[in-house]
Amino acid sequence: MPVVILIPGPLRPFAEGRDRVTLERTPDTVGDALAELAARYPGVRDRVVTERGEIRPHVNVFVGEDNVRDASGLATRVPRECEIAILPAVSGG
Amino acid sequence: MPAKKLKPPPPISPRDGDVLLLVGTMKGLFLLHADRARRTYRMSGPHFPGRSVYAAAFDARAGRRRIWAAPSSMHWGAELCWSDDFGGTWTRPEAPRVRFPDASGATLKNIWQISPGLADEPDALFCGVEPSALFESRDAGESWSLNQGLWNHPHRAKWQPGGGGLCLHTVLVDPKRPGRMVVATSTGGAYRTDDGGRSWHVKNRGVRAEFMPDPYPEFGQCVHKIAQNAAQPDRLFLQNHWGLYRSDDGGDSWTDVANGVPSDFGFGLAGHPRDPDTAFVVPLHSDEFRCTPEGKLRVYRTRNAGRSWQAMTRGLPQKGALETVVRDAMAVDSLDPAGVYFGTRSGRLYASRDEGGSWRLVADGLPPIVCVKTGIAANVGSRRGAAKPKAKKRAARSRTGAPAKGRRRKRTVRRAA
Repeated sequence: MPVVILIPGPLRPFAEGRDRVTLERTPDTVGDALAELAARYPGVRDRVVTERGEIRPHVNVFVGEDNVRDASGLATRVPRECEIAILPAVSGG
Repeated sequence: MPAKKLKPPPPISPRDGDVLLLVGTMKGLFLLHADRARRTYRMSGPHFPGRSVYAAAFDARAGRRRIWAAPSSMHWGAELCWSDDFGGTWTRPEAPRVRFPDASGATLKNIWQISPGLADEPDALFCGVEPSALFESRDAGESWSLNQGLWNHPHRAKWQPGGGGLCLHTVLVDPKRPGRMVVATSTGGAYRTDDGGRSWHVKNRGVRAEFMPDPYPEFGQCVHKIAQNAAQPDRLFLQNHWGLYRSDDGGDSWTDVANGVPSDFGFGLAGHPRDPDTAFVVPLHSDEFRCTPEGKLRVYRTRNAGRSWQAMTRGLPQKGALETVVRDAMAVDSLDPAGVYFGTRSGRLYASRDEGGSWRLVADGLPPIVCVKTGIAANVGSRRGAAKPKAKKRAARSRTGAPAKGRRRKRTVRRAA
């Protein structure tokens, strides 16, 4: 299984409606994975990270079951085969 | 259980000359229109359900009929969108266009104000944002740039966020003096440029700041809103965090005009479209208790430039009405007599079609209202249903993520007694 990024519903309009995007190359890090995603779907990345390239405060990115906030953020290493999930945090009002 | 997909609301179908109300709430945007008599309103919404909409504007310059809106998601950030068919379809640029440049080191938190420029500059647009900054576009919103003059102002580093965040919430383009503009940030206060935004000068003289050691500092005031008179643009009214003021010189000096209001604390403020001596405010009890005093929902109106204010209460609840009207939730239209509108944190939208003399509840049960803007529909023609979506528009909606299927439901706002 290659590296697959799971796209949350609110961002699928910016990914041609896809709920998962399979990356063509194996990225080294989560940042690399998002960069490859941005090359195809820039609207997704701009809503996951800020202008400063930081993951938005109420968005979580998981590699497998591990939240990258608890690892090395965008520098978190990515296995050769895995799912990277973009999920909105349980925040709101 | 997965959530059901929300059906997109239908567009509104105004005719030329109809009044438009753009009502931003914490959970989406509502669009209303009424004919010039303003007896019955039709409403559509929520557009952008679940997203807060602190800024909206209608732009009829250069043959447009464009509604601008700034939905903001706690998760995915803020963006500037537009509709050219009264809400039938919305264009959401793939990459948000209002964004801080790398060198700024800042991140956009919210868009608080969308201000079309003057009629003779039909492609000029301005946005006030959080953190406090001014963005400008000279190509009708295709591209935006950060106003460097204000961003590099030496005061900016000392501006402090108020309760709503560090936001630039007021953008007033002077219709008579080219290059002049007044903006206000909370906290920081009022600033004015006379050279098209290259340099900015603080304009807080006479405005107090009770939360500072020096009650009259050069800057740092918590200005809540400023209203400008279009016919006499040097005439400004200012609702401060404690203090109600008037300026007759474009902000060079301010005079306390809290003469007869129950409190000089508040947010909601609107001027009159023609008469420079008329303005409307909704006083709140205090900064600790931000509700209407005595449980009475009262709009105070001055007809003499603030020398006195009268409570306008006909049609408004005068018992148990602990309401809050926030800084951008009050507006006037440009008709004669002027219509006055305000929304509350409790989701009630009130309208007056006689300059505050009487009021009607136009909509109830909305999410908390944070923004009320008006416009006069133009470039539509008299054809009813001109904005009905067709197959092509449904396809466009599909591209922007809203479901294309579903029966369209028109919602008519009940007419208040």
